[in-house]
Amino acid sequence: MSYLSDITGGIKSLLGGMTVTGKYFFINFFTRKEVITEEYPDNMDTLKMYDRFRGEVVMWHNENNEHKCTGCSSCERACPNGAIEIIWKKEVNPETGKAKRAIDKHIYHLGMCTMCGLCIEACPTDAIEWGQDFHHTTYDRTQLTKVLNKPGSKVISGTKE
Amino acid sequence: MGEFLTDNIKTQEYFLNMGPQHPATHGVLRLLLQLNGEIVENIDMDLGYVHRSIEKMCEHDTYQQIIHLTDRLDYLSSHMNNEAVALAVEKGLGIEVPDRVKVIRTMMSELTRFASHALWYGVNAMDIGAITPFMYGFRERELINDIMEETCGARLTMNYNKVGGVRYDLHPNFQKKVKDFIKHARKKLPDYDAVLSNNIIFKKRMKNVGFIDKDNAVLYGLSGPTARGSGVSCDVRKVHPYSAYDRVQFNEITFTEGDSYARYRVRIREMWESLSILEQLVDNIPEGDYKVKTKAVLKLPEGSYYQKVESARGEFGVHILSRGDKLPYRVKFRSPNFANLSALNKMAKGVKIADVVAILSSIDIVVPDIDR
Repeated sequence: MSYLSDITGGIKSLLGGMTVTGKYFFINFFTRKEVITEEYPDNMDTLKMYDRFRGEVVMWHNENNEHKCTGCSSCERACPNGAIEIIWKKEVNPETGKAKRAIDKHIYHLGMCTMCGLCIEACPTDAIEWGQDFHHTTYDRTQLTKVLNKPGSKVISGTKE
Repeated sequence: MGEFLTDNIKTQEYFLNMGPQHPATHGVLRLLLQLNGEIVENIDMDLGYVHRSIEKMCEHDTYQQIIHLTDRLDYLSSHMNNEAVALAVEKGLGIEVPDRVKVIRTMMSELTRFASHALWYGVNAMDIGAITPFMYGFRERELINDIMEETCGARLTMNYNKVGGVRYDLHPNFQKKVKDFIKHARKKLPDYDAVLSNNIIFKKRMKNVGFIDKDNAVLYGLSGPTARGSGVSCDVRKVHPYSAYDRVQFNEITFTEGDSYARYRVRIREMWESLSILEQLVDNIPEGDYKVKTKAVLKLPEGSYYQKVESARGEFGVHILSRGDKLPYRVKFRSPNFANLSALNKMAKGVKIADVVAILSSIDIVVPDIDR
């Protein structure tokens, strides 16, 4: 007797499941209302990441190729993984003739970055910020080391730490 | 190795490797099965394939820097792990966080718990051989990931907590999206039952498989849904409330059967409880600051600090030993998965090979949390 009730109960439970899957099948067949998947590489034109999305660290430049980074090394100290290096240079002021330390390169090792965001929080001048790009794949890991300040760029005059 | 004579057939004990690259072990975990025919006699667990020495790395990081490492332990309940460290350090420094932070943390924890259980629901079905529930589980999880991405900035390793609050304020869309999600999930959760919970094949695979009784569950130090499936009342949210859990109404789900199906039902019911907690809080987020100002360099007073939270898998504890420096002297993480996995041998003794997969799946382990 329990054998028969097992069979009927089994068929009932299977039909219950089939009702759910069948429902989605027909809804999507006719209206595509419940389709939740996206065709990723094909939707690149419409794909927009959220503003807060942490893709990579970038440095903001204005139209005159100037940035706000004074090279204070706050980000370098805040980084838990050593992903940021600041390289200094000596800049001679043409008017007074005095040599002054200035930022040469802001080096960002994307391969070491864990996207924790402590550098951006530590930055006193808001020079670095999050970029939304997440296509980081390269054939060579040396390409993951980036110089954030563009070549020939300068600090916006008047930027204080 | 012993030789047996059963039913006039000469058999021999033998060993079988399950893993480290087996899809059902959810990561890189090697199980050495000692078999007699198809019956499992003993299981040896070989751990350490994803050991990254996170506890040691914590000794070289400041307290703010530790938090992002805990994302990488149990990556499916990363928010709770972050919260545990933040709470432990706040306890040591005597920082009282605003009400808004407490509610935000609680809501984020419950969203993470739902997402983790939804993923587990799909993966559990997949381990047993059903593909469709996997899609349903990920459908709900994707909505939560969107909420997380909008507010926290990442989908998996949220890193949203910091000592003294949270990193950003809630996104303006947050409340609306959570409400939409609750409405959506309440409509979809009954499908979970229709497709899988009542399915006859699934029931036969899960019922009376992987039994562990209450005494042994306590003995092995199980926690979370795995222990509550055996009738142990161990929900940290109820027993030692933290954040805003003392101001919400919810039930602690326990089942007394102690088999895989009981553990399954605990998690399904917990999803409903998470929704009810979210519903109570979503309209009652207090106004205020989302963080308190802390010193630039945090120095914990000398002593040891322990804080436990209920992660999606059980009791996650952080034990910080400080010598008054800006770096911790020692950090120990009490991971729920390690204790839960230790009971696998007890649960799986005498079952068939295929049931080991079902039992392992019902414990819901995350291997990076075990190896750390």
